[in-house]
Amino acid sequence: MMTESQRKSIRVDLQIIADMVDAGSRVLDVGCGDGTLLDYLVNFKQVDGRGIELSSEGVNACVSAGLSVIQGDADTDLSTYPDAAFDYVILSQTLQAMMAPRTVVENLVRIGRHAIVSFPNFGHWRVRGYLGLHGRMPKSKTLPYEWYETPNIHLCTIKDFIEMCDRLGVTIERSLSLNAHGRLRRINSGPLTANLFGVQAVFMLRR
Amino acid sequence: MDNRHTIPLGRWDTRTLPGYRVALGREQPLRLDCGVELSDFTMAYQTYGTLNAEKSNAILVCHALTGDQFVAEPHPVTGKAGWWNLMVGPGKPIDTERYFVICSNILGGCMGTIGPKETNPATDKPWGLGLPVITIGDMVRAQRMLIDHLGIEQLFAVVGGSLGGMQVLEWAASYPERLFAAAPIATAVHHSAQNIAFHEVGRQAIMADLDWCAGDYLNQGKWPHRGLAVARMAAHVTYLSESSLQAKFGRRLQDRERITYGFDADFQVESYLRHQGSTFVERFDANSYLYITRAMDYFDIEQTHGGTLADAFRGTRVRFCVISFTSDWLYPTAESKRLVNALNAAAANVSFAEIHSDGGHDAFLLDVPEFHRVFNGFLEGAAQHRGLPRRAAS
Repeated sequence: MMTESQRKSIRVDLQIIADMVDAGSRVLDVGCGDGTLLDYLVNFKQVDGRGIELSSEGVNACVSAGLSVIQGDADTDLSTYPDAAFDYVILSQTLQAMMAPRTVVENLVRIGRHAIVSFPNFGHWRVRGYLGLHGRMPKSKTLPYEWYETPNIHLCTIKDFIEMCDRLGVTIERSLSLNAHGRLRRINSGPLTANLFGVQAVFMLRR
Repeated sequence: MDNRHTIPLGRWDTRTLPGYRVALGREQPLRLDCGVELSDFTMAYQTYGTLNAEKSNAILVCHALTGDQFVAEPHPVTGKAGWWNLMVGPGKPIDTERYFVICSNILGGCMGTIGPKETNPATDKPWGLGLPVITIGDMVRAQRMLIDHLGIEQLFAVVGGSLGGMQVLEWAASYPERLFAAAPIATAVHHSAQNIAFHEVGRQAIMADLDWCAGDYLNQGKWPHRGLAVARMAAHVTYLSESSLQAKFGRRLQDRERITYGFDADFQVESYLRHQGSTFVERFDANSYLYITRAMDYFDIEQTHGGTLADAFRGTRVRFCVISFTSDWLYPTAESKRLVNALNAAAANVSFAEIHSDGGHDAFLLDVPEFHRVFNGFLEGAAQHRGLPRRAAS
């Protein structure tokens, strides 16, 4: 179990997601890792929380901490959940590692009344600059891996993501970008700027 | 095979075993799946810890094929440590200072509950094959009668591995309001053809023993120890993993420098299996082995719920923790995963972990710290939700 002080200082992107979730709601955290966000939501927002995690280390840590988490693969296992089983389905920093991100997003909005998706923005000016200047696959704080060992196989930009949502007919309820200094801005107040200066993006979607 | 069992085996007196015995079915008979009614039968059980005033801290442990109610104490017949000593006891994941632990000998067993070795009141002789065929549904209905008898409205948890896990599933499907949490471990929603095949080998080994006497051996002063030992040996291999057998024995020879060009136990693994067989027959009844393996083969919680597994758990409020082990090829992870998918489809609250272990199916009985940590966490989380007091600081 986490201590109170650890809980109070979760990563800023997780905090943004947590703030979007209504207290007491039913939440599924897809790719919940060691359960940091889920634990926060269960303890501070009294949600009925569940998780799916691929790594056995993550699952064991979560279940050992009393969280309801299953070992599973979002690419294959989301299809087993019934429609509208949750108020919120969260996919935080995991979309880019999915085999079939489009199917995953379709499942998220099917299973949840709302889906919250966060991902690193590949359109950030530093990423663009890195490739342009060095001619090599970009690396950064949010994308620290070498190209040959990265789990991030489906990176996208904020613009790409919005376009996919349009194509799927998914409604974007809210969209926020987070710049390098941790400052938040609404994406729809200036999508081009957000795509250039946003390091990360958080979207709330519905079918 | 050694022939030292010239004295009659299997004569342990179940009426003098430690623990409790209760007569059930007198007011309301137990209707078995096969149609027969049991209107007066004995159930033997053991308990550990203390039931709290609210009767909210009871955990029912369901034992496996060759287990019994002596979960956490030396076995009264063999003197060996309780079969789940590592899991149940003071300060263990199933903490007997905190929970009231109940384990009953299953229907068809041979440690005091009605079974083929017990006396049929109508004939004053052992039931033998006269006992109606028992199902896992029957076992669980009888357990529910015991829980009624103990005055427990809702069990905090029902837990068990293997056949014990099947009973857990049956409990959750049949009496969801009577349990708060369920932990089916190293189990499956039904037997595969391979599972049934292995059991059939065991049954045939017993029935091929001339001392089995068509099931009447107790009346004839016999004990089919050879057949039962072979059944145990074959089954025992299925409880281990190939790699653990290889690591433990390899091709090493038993107390000899070279092979003997004969059929003695040249290899350590042969000696080990013979030992497993010969010690088993000292504490287990051959007919019980037939009845219980049959019950496991018949179990199919999907089919009994109209062919849709999720329907068995629709609307359940039970908190589930499904656990499988990487090296368990008898009840492989894929089977647990099927169960988990069905529980998800039923929108149940479920945790699922596959634990890395080399121990094969038997891993749930072994010292696997990761398993105990995960199980403990699940129980702790459930206890919090149930409003049970926190574990006292040690």
